[in-house]
Amino acid sequence: MLPINKHDGIVIPLDRSNVDTDAIIPKQFLKSIKRSGFGPNLFDEWRYLDRGEPGKELAVRKVNPEFVLNKPQYKNGTILLARENFGCGSSREHAPWALLDFGIRIILAPSFADIFYGNCFKNGILPIPINKNITDLFFEKAQSEEGLRLNIDLEIQKIIDGNDSYSFDIDMFKKYCLLEGLDEIGLTLKNKADIKNFENNYHSQFPWLTK
Amino acid sequence: MASTLYEKIFKRHVVREDNDTFLIYIDRHLIHEVTSPQAFEGLRSANRSIWRANSILAVPDHNVPTTDRKLGILDPVSKIQVDTLDSNCDQYRLTQFKMNDQRQGIVHVIGPEQGSTLPGMTIVCGDSHTSTHGAFGSLAMGIGTSEVEHVLATQCLIVRKFKTMQVNVTGNVSDYISAKDIALHIIGKIGTAGGNGYAIEFSGPTINELSMEGRMTLCNMSIEAGSRVGLIGVDSKTIDYLEGRPFSPNGDLWNKAVDDWKNLVSDEGAVFDKVINVDASIIQPQVTWGTSPEMVCGINEVIPNPKQQVKESNKKGYEKALEYMGLEQGTNITDIFLDKIFIGSCTNSRIEDLRVAANIVKEKKVATNIKQALVVPGSGLVKKQAEKEGLDKIFIEAGFEWREPGCSMCLAMNADRLEKEERCASTSNRNFEGRQGKGGRTHLVSPQMAAAAAIHGRFVDIREID
Repeated sequence: MLPINKHDGIVIPLDRSNVDTDAIIPKQFLKSIKRSGFGPNLFDEWRYLDRGEPGKELAVRKVNPEFVLNKPQYKNGTILLARENFGCGSSREHAPWALLDFGIRIILAPSFADIFYGNCFKNGILPIPINKNITDLFFEKAQSEEGLRLNIDLEIQKIIDGNDSYSFDIDMFKKYCLLEGLDEIGLTLKNKADIKNFENNYHSQFPWLTK
Repeated sequence: MASTLYEKIFKRHVVREDNDTFLIYIDRHLIHEVTSPQAFEGLRSANRSIWRANSILAVPDHNVPTTDRKLGILDPVSKIQVDTLDSNCDQYRLTQFKMNDQRQGIVHVIGPEQGSTLPGMTIVCGDSHTSTHGAFGSLAMGIGTSEVEHVLATQCLIVRKFKTMQVNVTGNVSDYISAKDIALHIIGKIGTAGGNGYAIEFSGPTINELSMEGRMTLCNMSIEAGSRVGLIGVDSKTIDYLEGRPFSPNGDLWNKAVDDWKNLVSDEGAVFDKVINVDASIIQPQVTWGTSPEMVCGINEVIPNPKQQVKESNKKGYEKALEYMGLEQGTNITDIFLDKIFIGSCTNSRIEDLRVAANIVKEKKVATNIKQALVVPGSGLVKKQAEKEGLDKIFIEAGFEWREPGCSMCLAMNADRLEKEERCASTSNRNFEGRQGKGGRTHLVSPQMAAAAAIHGRFVDIREID
């Protein structure tokens, strides 16, 4: 997994609440058996005017010029800003895979759906809940002509906007994994003996759960 | 100390604890073709093995065709995904119901149907509607593909505890009000983010009265309220439902299990982090009018005015939703005409759902403005049972198509989908933009309401029709 420590990038303002995982990556692209290659179809139904299908050449797609990701000033953005309950809906990890493949490393929103929030951390994306006032302020700046560039420092848990900075909360274990780019399975397997031990006791207590 | 059901099940499964981060043991791992291939690939590339193969039950459901399966899967991309599941299950010798097995069906229908879902279990699946299984007093939740791989390799998950929310439902409901209406009403009340960070336990006299099918519908929809976990305490209905099913324990073990399961309820006096009280007697048949399950109202209401919303974000959200849905504020729900009807999905495709829908369409015809009306049973066994009861004939004579089991038009990964601007009364769980097909317009309803809408061509109050 890609670690994150400090990240500096352009903010893309996606002014919507309840952005769901069907919007992030529509179902027809979930048929892939790979983890990569989803970036061109991120927000497919908003980003293009025609219907996207797996394997359809990008060159023939009709781009929606109104959609924020297609505006030139946000083209190289790596920080996505959105409204409440970002990532609601299905558990598809294809959603963070698509965001990462596009180049998004940080997501700022007042709140996130639980499964999506967890999935981000497994893929080197840092979702940061921010309060409503800061959200409004960031939207105003990101939508202005100058745009908004932010600096995120995970180590000290701060979002830095020029001379201003804002602290954010994060689970210590998740922070540690993201800073180090750790493989959680490897970490868990260090406790192999504990798991075996637990399993034996558990199955003798609840013998009907062994099959 | 008095414990909630969530706390009781959680405690049983703690392998390790470290600063409020827990390693918990997983009893049952359900697998389908969409969210598992990358997990198996990850296992192989790291040269890891599967911890406990017999904890796994696999089934293809999202991509499978619901028409005649003799031809196989025509979409080559879908075919690769289903073939990949087959080969992964063969390689690791996992229990799988392949596409042409009569036991095949939607993963959240077959788990309980097989007795593979049992009280007190931790159950995971790479699918958000795993919350369904909480109807049996099990701790069941949707996970992403990285976690699927983690469970395959370690039989464990790394989690933090959820907060607990009790949704206490009281008041009598008539036969016309189903668990789906109760679920939609609750989502309308607390919002699609209302349950974020919580495990919801549904309780109260109205919940006790619900059948197991109804309870599954309710727990299924808890994820639409933002909650990964929906729970209902064990009672005699839970136990009766499970007795004699293929994966259920039998003989002495059954008696031991039942003794244990009887404790799987929240203790008297257990404290929840949040309590919501719902009076079910005021619930009308529900219809969603927007692009989020919280955009819902009763059949006798009108579409709300975005400008009159208190929350600033709702004003914008409502406007966008109405534009997408091609609807105007002030319109009566009963004046909404439909193009397609979908009865199916992990929310509402069980035998009881088909029975109540068939009861409404019996000896009637689908309205001429309806281009297509589908019934997609939740599993091969549900289909078989329905055919035994003659429900298939009732549907077919009315003008419905009677299909093979799968997820179908709930998310339109197979060929069943809405075209642009087509409007559908659907018994599924999500009305998101594009969910049933790009530009498609979804209205979530109960099976009874979908059936009545098929006959009348528009939404009608099922309490008033003959």
